[in-house]
Amino acid sequence: MLQLQFDKDKCTKCKAVPCLTKCQYIELDVKAAKQQWSKIINGENSFVLEACTTCYACEEYCPHGNHPFYMIVDRQEEKGILPAPRPIITMWINQCQPVGKYMVGMLQEKALSYCLLPQFNILAHGKLFQDIEYSVIVGQEFFCNAVFLHYAKTSLIRERLPVIIENIVKYGIRELVCLHDECYATYTSIAPAYGIEVPFKPVHYYEYLLERLKNLKYQVTPLNLKVAYQRNCSTRLIPQIDHFVDDIFHAIGVERVKRKYDKQTALCCGEIFRMGVGPDLADDVQKRNIDDMLESGAEYVVFNCPACWDSLAYKVAARGLKPIHMIDLCRLAIGEAQSLQLSKIEAEV
Amino acid sequence: MIDILQELSKITDKDYISNNKEELYLYGRDPGLMPPHEPDYVVMPSTVDEIQAIVRLANREKIPLIPKGGGLSLTGLVIPQKGGILLDMKRMGQILEVNESAGYVIVEGGTTHGALKSFLLKNYPHLRHSIPDSPPITTIAANAVIHGQGRLTQQHGFNSDMVCGLEVVLPTGEKCKIGSCAVSPYWFSKGPPLPDLSSLFFGWFGTTGIITKLALRLYPCKKIRDAMLFLTDEAELVPEIMRKLGRTEMIEDLVVTAQPIPLRFRGNYYILFYITGDTEEEVEFKKKMAWRAVWEYFERREGGFVSLPPEMKAPMLAMPSKDTTRFADVSKGGGFEYSGPIAPLEKYPVYVKKLAELADKYDLFYSSAARMIDGGHCMMFSFSYTFNRADPDTMKRAKQALDEAADFALENGGVMWKPNIDEQQMTMSKMDPDTLNLMMRIKKLLDPNGIMNPGNWEVPQ
Repeated sequence: MLQLQFDKDKCTKCKAVPCLTKCQYIELDVKAAKQQWSKIINGENSFVLEACTTCYACEEYCPHGNHPFYMIVDRQEEKGILPAPRPIITMWINQCQPVGKYMVGMLQEKALSYCLLPQFNILAHGKLFQDIEYSVIVGQEFFCNAVFLHYAKTSLIRERLPVIIENIVKYGIRELVCLHDECYATYTSIAPAYGIEVPFKPVHYYEYLLERLKNLKYQVTPLNLKVAYQRNCSTRLIPQIDHFVDDIFHAIGVERVKRKYDKQTALCCGEIFRMGVGPDLADDVQKRNIDDMLESGAEYVVFNCPACWDSLAYKVAARGLKPIHMIDLCRLAIGEAQSLQLSKIEAEV
Repeated sequence: MIDILQELSKITDKDYISNNKEELYLYGRDPGLMPPHEPDYVVMPSTVDEIQAIVRLANREKIPLIPKGGGLSLTGLVIPQKGGILLDMKRMGQILEVNESAGYVIVEGGTTHGALKSFLLKNYPHLRHSIPDSPPITTIAANAVIHGQGRLTQQHGFNSDMVCGLEVVLPTGEKCKIGSCAVSPYWFSKGPPLPDLSSLFFGWFGTTGIITKLALRLYPCKKIRDAMLFLTDEAELVPEIMRKLGRTEMIEDLVVTAQPIPLRFRGNYYILFYITGDTEEEVEFKKKMAWRAVWEYFERREGGFVSLPPEMKAPMLAMPSKDTTRFADVSKGGGFEYSGPIAPLEKYPVYVKKLAELADKYDLFYSSAARMIDGGHCMMFSFSYTFNRADPDTMKRAKQALDEAADFALENGGVMWKPNIDEQQMTMSKMDPDTLNLMMRIKKLLDPNGIMNPGNWEVPQ
């Protein structure tokens, strides 16, 4: 089985232990953090393994790129610690199994990945995607499996990811534009961390959008909007892409409002907390997050991840903010309409 | 020899009488697995007088008479086992009166749940009734006759418990009012404080009379309705989780699903329940109470809630649920049937184990939906199997599995819901002999010529 490429020495020499001292959900001073982290890397029991909310943020806090979060997840799995109820984990394991229910479009060497989220079909059209929109892969066979970081199951990622990569390569894809942030994080962070080779070029869709906006620059009208940006958990695995957010906003005349909870201090959508920790933390995080969005003067909330959209879009809309996906925001700037809207779910009574 | 067709044409419009082969073919079967048997005539009356005249004709000529609503029981309850006249109630579908203050509606015997739902939505959006998860053409009267269950069953019992008055034509042709309406212009009670005669017509499958009017209770229609989904992988925990959720008195309907496909269902029991309220605060409070009820399982990691995005909730909130129809075609060929014992919640683990065992034994696809009844006093547990209608072999295996499931359920404390004639025999063979004797005496008293839906609730000679 593939092992995490982890350098114990880097942690031993680390003085600040930001992986734990910066954690937004566990309070530890440097001394205590050092003790707990030492236990973790030496395979001993630590309360941190139980208390971890799986927000992924420590992966970003580590200045050495030493994968503290993957270490935590590996240790949770070794010790049989369940960050979420067992049946929830079973449900994810089962529903993500590759059993031949995938779809491929008219594939070219450059393709779009919807991961296993067909709702990207709503977003991936128009001028921004005109040369690539039919070159698509979607389904469990192409699912990155990063979600199992929430469920102490890196073994499943290590088992399934090489097969997923093989499936992609099999179709002659050389450049894969990942519409799901998690996929890009998987190919550029998780895979190398476990020594898994990725023989194609993963491209984050932010980078792709920026390039398209450059090509369409004469059609871009600055939006003059103030937006709050909702970071999702997997961006913690790839903090290097955050500059694309600012670059895109600059290109389309959008202001990323100053917030208490943005960049490294961002709050996640909270729904994974509801499943793993319970409703109190989830409600608290969501409330603080939306309060902060409102206080910052944002008009729109820009989403990257469809799961965050599902968790928060209705809630921010209920408080007067306008939810929009990053792709749609770019679409507005070139005169196209927002395509991912809130569904009007009317409960039958 | 008397020409029945001619006699029927004296009673009702001849356009609504038939002995054409194609009609007899259709009326001779239902969507389930019971063998077909055609009627000799089909008639669709439009008034109570016409029904009375048809009943008198059938008595005079000693011809079987089978009253039919939607014909959707799946257990062949309106297949004319001995031929005769099939009396289709579809033309009697009027909604006659709503008493908003007392909270009931009076409908004709052929009124469908779909029609009532639409009517209330349009005219009384603040009121609702208990909608069963069967197709909208299910009639309210027939659903009550089989002790159907619906979306308010967890709170208010069987749909028959929500009936508050009847008008029936007896097997001998008299028209009777049952309940408060027998002495008052108001239809607020099907029995109390009078002797409750309504039970002479529920559970008898049309062998004791024909319901021509029915009053049904209406309940407040809350402004907000939401779904919560709790999963556990231990069947033994399901009864206590159901009970604890029910005892919060905060939840509406509760259904537990067990099936191996789609894959997300495999290995877990899906406990779906609904929360309603007039304000967000009310809904949030009720959700908190539900969380509290199952917190111990969550802490022990034995169960947890699934976060439901709105798109996932929409089909869960639909009434009736379309999932049954989807399930029916899982193995292609569009057939499914279930044996549905009513049983104590504690029987869930043994039933669900047997469900899977029988699927394995007979090489079938299975599913089960267990609906909690009346706060947890009992549940309806469905042993559901699919079959291909074009493949007699799968139909045979499904029937064998269902027979075995019914036998098992009866041996394990259950009582069959809407039993087919084979299951009725199993039930009567287990029944207290004096009770069975009482049933037969009542039946004989009401239907001296044995014309009403013969074959049902009959002790073999």
